[in-house]
Amino acid sequence: MRRTSRAKWGVWVAAGALAAAACGGGGTSGSDGAGIVSASWGDPQNPLEPANTNEVQGGKVLEMLFRGLKRYNPKTGAAENVLADRIDTKDSQNYTVKLKDGWTFSNGEKVTAKSFVDAWNYGALLDNKQKNAAFFQYIDGFDQVHPESGTAKAKTLSGLTVRDDRTFTVKLHQKFSSWPDTLGYSAFMPLPRTFYSKHAEWLKQPVGNGPYTVASYTRGSVLKMRKWDGYPGPDKAQNGGIDLRVYTDNNTAYTDLQAGNLDLVDDVPAAQLKNVKTDLGKRYINQPAGIIQTLTFPMYDADWGGAGKEKVRRGISMAIDRAQITEEIFQKTRTPATDWTSPVLKAAGGYKAGLCGDACVFDAAKARQLVKEGGGLPGGKMTITYNADTGSHKDWVDAVCNSINTSLDNDKACVGAPVGTFADFRNRISRKQMSGPFRAGWQMDYPLIQNFLQPMYYTNASSNDGKFSNAGFDKLVNEANAATDKSAAIAKFQDAQKILAAQMPTIPLWYQNGSGGYSDRISNVSLNPFSVPVYSDIKVK
Amino acid sequence: MPEPYVPEEAVTHGDGGTAALAIGEAQSLAKAPGAGPPGGAPGARARSLWSDAWHDLRRNPVFVLSALVIVFLVIIAIWPQLIADGNPYRADLAKAQQGPEAGHPFGYDTQGRDVYTRVVYGARASITVGVCATAGAALLGGLLGSVAGFFGGWWDVLLSRLADIFFGIPILLGGLVFLSVVTSSTVWPVIGFIVLLGWPQIARIARGSVVTAKQNDYVQAARALGAGNGRMLLRHIAPNAVAPVIVVATIALGTYIALEATLSFLGAGLKPPTVSWGIDISAASTYVRNSPHMLLWPAGALSVTVLAFIMLGDAVRDALDPKLR
Amino acid sequence: MGRYVIRRLLQMIPVFIGSTFLIFLMVYALGDPVAAMFGDRAPDPATAAQIRADLYLDQPLWKQYPHYMAQIFQGNFGTAFNGQPVTELMATAFPVTLRLTLIAVFIEMVVGIVLGVFSGLRRGRGIDTTVLVFTLVVVSIPTFVSGYVLQFLFGVKWQWATPAVSPDAPVNELLLPGLVLALVSLAYVTRLTRTSIAENARADYVRTAVAKGLPRRRVVTRHLLRNSLIPVVTFIGTDIGALMGGAIVTERIFNIHGVGFQLYQGILRQNSPTVVGFVTILVLVFLCANLLVDLLYAVLDPRIRYA
Repeated sequence: MRRTSRAKWGVWVAAGALAAAACGGGGTSGSDGAGIVSASWGDPQNPLEPANTNEVQGGKVLEMLFRGLKRYNPKTGAAENVLADRIDTKDSQNYTVKLKDGWTFSNGEKVTAKSFVDAWNYGALLDNKQKNAAFFQYIDGFDQVHPESGTAKAKTLSGLTVRDDRTFTVKLHQKFSSWPDTLGYSAFMPLPRTFYSKHAEWLKQPVGNGPYTVASYTRGSVLKMRKWDGYPGPDKAQNGGIDLRVYTDNNTAYTDLQAGNLDLVDDVPAAQLKNVKTDLGKRYINQPAGIIQTLTFPMYDADWGGAGKEKVRRGISMAIDRAQITEEIFQKTRTPATDWTSPVLKAAGGYKAGLCGDACVFDAAKARQLVKEGGGLPGGKMTITYNADTGSHKDWVDAVCNSINTSLDNDKACVGAPVGTFADFRNRISRKQMSGPFRAGWQMDYPLIQNFLQPMYYTNASSNDGKFSNAGFDKLVNEANAATDKSAAIAKFQDAQKILAAQMPTIPLWYQNGSGGYSDRISNVSLNPFSVPVYSDIKVK
Repeated sequence: MPEPYVPEEAVTHGDGGTAALAIGEAQSLAKAPGAGPPGGAPGARARSLWSDAWHDLRRNPVFVLSALVIVFLVIIAIWPQLIADGNPYRADLAKAQQGPEAGHPFGYDTQGRDVYTRVVYGARASITVGVCATAGAALLGGLLGSVAGFFGGWWDVLLSRLADIFFGIPILLGGLVFLSVVTSSTVWPVIGFIVLLGWPQIARIARGSVVTAKQNDYVQAARALGAGNGRMLLRHIAPNAVAPVIVVATIALGTYIALEATLSFLGAGLKPPTVSWGIDISAASTYVRNSPHMLLWPAGALSVTVLAFIMLGDAVRDALDPKLR
Repeated sequence: MGRYVIRRLLQMIPVFIGSTFLIFLMVYALGDPVAAMFGDRAPDPATAAQIRADLYLDQPLWKQYPHYMAQIFQGNFGTAFNGQPVTELMATAFPVTLRLTLIAVFIEMVVGIVLGVFSGLRRGRGIDTTVLVFTLVVVSIPTFVSGYVLQFLFGVKWQWATPAVSPDAPVNELLLPGLVLALVSLAYVTRLTRTSIAENARADYVRTAVAKGLPRRRVVTRHLLRNSLIPVVTFIGTDIGALMGGAIVTERIFNIHGVGFQLYQGILRQNSPTVVGFVTILVLVFLCANLLVDLLYAVLDPRIRYA
């Protein structure tokens, strides 16, 4: 039994190997020992293929296991070249990618232009059923390898051409000036030959080109990542390895951290936020992440999307006391939102506070008046639908409803409507069965203002769950994407947000911070803008 | 079919349900001979099992105490405003998780609602679930069990296997799946679900006691005298078979209330705006460290209620079991 | 005896089909699991259609069920959505849960029988009332409350035990969760033993033994206990089957990666191969345990004979 008081931490390191062997209770890996960090993890929902991983738990592994053309700086979020030497274009549509020399996969195979082109072709091809296939949609020929229905008409993307070992060209089917900045996303990672030739084995023990290698993977319980000594990149791992341990309940993970059985949690449960500072002191992390929480209205429902209803939508937004809820429920791990993006973009990336205007400022009297002018709540009441299985959504949804009820002076105006499972929740959304606002959270794929707006509010976009459609908004987004000048593009996106402020298809609630905590065995712990710990920087005392 | 039914009936459902408490003990009731036929001194008016039991119960402090608690709870469930003049929905987030203060003896919950008012108003949902689910399960289980026991043969095989089918499904698992699809915020889906998975238990008890009662001499005599099936069931068998069912049902009632709380914990129980102990307990359970008052009061109310019903059932069983006199 | 066993085995078939179909129906009613695989994005229709076809989800229910069952009888339990064969999940989950169950059963047997014997022999006296109240209080507290409270007290405050169980789930770490899981059944065992002891204590054979002048200890252990434990033993037999599938709450609180954990995950993700596969095994365990217990009952109690 591993019971360790704080005083004993010093002994811990010396006795590391012994303790690990004693506590592992028949662990298979012999490489356990000092320098290993144990971190909380959730079971990834999909096999760990780069183009098939669309949630943060699988993303954590890929961040350790792969390096792509670009990587988002863990501190600033800026897209910086890693494997890419240059990405050139003259017209924002035809790109030439030149790779750096000296990169290999951990099995010794060289990373070449073909490693990328084959991986992207694999990810895009319908037959491979990769859930992130849509990330390749801008590349010419995507409609051939991945038609809307039926079977694929081509096996490879016509827009990708290998020029030589270290060069390939990409032709997009439309202008997209910030396209190179999307290439840090995990779907664009290169893959070694063994991925195709021995696929089943690769899935059991994935091979990549990042600072860590997979030592062993017991699905559903623990994934052991170990430092790759031969890693050619500049960001070598500062620790011996990471053990990712699966927890179902983030409360249990936190309790385990307190008891000294776990080094790192990257999600402090709401119930512990009140005591986290006394528990952990400086070992508690609370820093902005590229996540925004919103309430989306079903614009397809005439009761909510009809003419003149924007008054009701704006009124509801003003009825929510964001400051008090972020203070009391979230203990300042959220910041009240005043636009539809995220502060991690920084001013240079297009974040501008206050774009939402007075509609995001709490004002009960005005809220009451606006809702009344807009014809009142449909049927006199509303529900906020959310999925009850993950996260502590219940607490804040109830608080938002209570805030609305207090503002509108009606105890039963708003009530939370939990849906048992996330799958059921998503099905109701995609079948357009929502009869009132519902919870929506957006975690950016890459730190671009485009990523916060286009997928959600552009007509028929992939995550436009409320089916909002506005010609003016679409026009501004198109202009922004075509603009070659970055600041011009940002100005267009900010103008587009003013349309959102007037129409309020979605209420911005708050920007979510990444929160985490760690044991005093480790140091130099931080979260990147995606709220994923920067594992390779962690140092073990 | 000479199956021993004792082991089959004593089945729990893991950590979720406690529905089979003391059922093993209830067997002895079903088997107890001479529970019904008139006895006593010739000439004297025969005291029935029921009046015997009532005589005992009135003098049993456990029974009196638990009955008083239950009467009190039922009154609160019907008229909560009698002892709480607050509004269970009124939230003042500024007071979230605060401890007791004047006028708010139990403190506030995460939403800044008065815990005392919520505990008082929560009685209605919990007791409705308990009473209705028990009534449903007892009626359905009692009927099907009696039919199986009385007619025997294919009826018995058919109904017993049907009961097995529902028995085979872990109750929490079934609850999670079944109630996940439900969007209604009323108590009825939860009640319906408990009846659906709860009836086989009572059916087995009923079947067992009917089988035993049928073999009694006085029933054989009634049949020989030409009594019809209906009359036999109603006049001779039911009165003897009903006692174990009542005992098990009273105990099950308490456990169904606890089951609702566990289902709420798993996200599949009652839904707001219904106010229930289960919802409040599950919301508070992770906050136990900072704000134990949020957990202790509703959990205490739940435990007292469950305890009262189980003790009542216990006392009734003792009173109805002639062997333990 | 042989004919009886055969008849029971035959009757298991419809029960098995019924239970598995019922759970299949319920999971089916949860709806389409494919949408959730795409996270907050609308699924791209072509990929979603491919996945549905792969999982046989594009077929009507009446075709899905026989297809699934046919697969199972060939030993193919399908794959979970993360690409892992369900049989592999079972191979890791069942041993863990079995260990947890055995610990729970051990605790409930030892503590429950001891408490039951004492209160049964002293029926109506102080110790009996104390034990009675204790068992009732234990039963009235929901598992998740006792789980969280004990986890915090033992795991964090006093540091007597690990609050969460590591992936290998060694026996010492399972003691606390085993205790939490055992609490409810503990009350049953205690009460069953108590009643049984109290009844048998007045039986003729016990009086005879006492009259013969046998020492009290010998009467209790050799004569009384042996006969009184029949219903207790059979209860525990069925309890093993029930505990294995029912530990959803305990396994979640203590992060035990056993059957309850997999079932809970499976339901949240509407992963029908996992849920139905595990339940199929659980139903089999339940049915076999029932049969074994009935047979055991006959072995222990010579008065019962099966025709």
